Amino acid sequence: MATRISLETEKKRRSGAGRRPQRPEEPKPRRVRIRRAGEQDLPQVIDIDRRVTGLAKPEFWADIFARYQRRRLTERFFLVAEPEDGGNILGFAVGEVRAWEFGSEPCGWLFAISVDPKARQQHVGEQLFEALSDGFRKAGVSTMRTMVSRDSPQTMAFFRGEGMMAGRYFQLEKSLD
Amino acid sequence: MKLQVSSRLAIFAVLELAGAPDRQLSVAEIGEKYSGSSHHLAKVMNILGRTGLVESVRGVGGGYQFVGNARRVTLLDIVELFEDVASTRSPQPEPGDRTAAGAALLSVLTEIDDNIRATLGSITIATMLKLMERMEVPKARKKAAAHHRE
Repeated sequence: MATRISLETEKKRRSGAGRRPQRPEEPKPRRVRIRRAGEQDLPQVIDIDRRVTGLAKPEFWADIFARYQRRRLTERFFLVAEPEDGGNILGFAVGEVRAWEFGSEPCGWLFAISVDPKARQQHVGEQLFEALSDGFRKAGVSTMRTMVSRDSPQTMAFFRGEGMMAGRYFQLEKSLD
Repeated sequence: MKLQVSSRLAIFAVLELAGAPDRQLSVAEIGEKYSGSSHHLAKVMNILGRTGLVESVRGVGGGYQFVGNARRVTLLDIVELFEDVASTRSPQPEPGDRTAAGAALLSVLTEIDDNIRATLGSITIATMLKLMERMEVPKARKKAAAHHRE
């Protein structure tokens, strides 16, 4: 039986022999209100995204905001999570219903979801995800899709925890260099 | 993809213990549910214990308890304790490796391996427990429907 056990782990185990096992505490949900993003939220969206991705994209988010506030409002969702007792937004989620691209029947696409690193482990992401899912259901679609980089295991784990599994489509790419 | 028996027993044991965090379960209890040999399972539990995922509790009614973080431990973490996961590259060169066909085949198999590792590495014990719940609900509904028909 091939095994890889670190010496550090083995030492820890020996020093703790006979202790009652201690489990990490389950994080407590934070109560938030989910609503559509307003113009006043844009700077905070840009800031959260910059802190999470390391890249500031003010034009990108201004463009998304302008498009999502104008047409197809029953199928486009730019949602933010704000604390019930007020204050800066804690996260946001963006998605829309798209149809017939890649031969797919109408489905909801989640393009972005991000939570302020200081507000993580409080189920804010889950509440945003559920609100977006509700929006898609009301728009009449029964499937939700997204794309995740293989280099983002935490993001992948989040979506898997929300019940997402690998779908019927492959994402293929080719370098044009 | 097929997992070795040890990996399967380890995953089942961790799920069983993490699903009932306030209970202690013995090797015999876990082995009975998953049709695993007690001898084999005892070795598996020993390895899980040495990596800090489970701890044995001594005394009357003792057994094992899950002490890891179900939201962080992934299937890959467990399987890698017992086998090399999706490792296309063998330590020795294989026939045809140095040909164009060998290189092309390696790129395809590497793509498959990367997907396997990414999938196993993205599924936590907490996610598996939620998946198990979803599998249980349709069974419960079928049972209720059958009972109603009677």
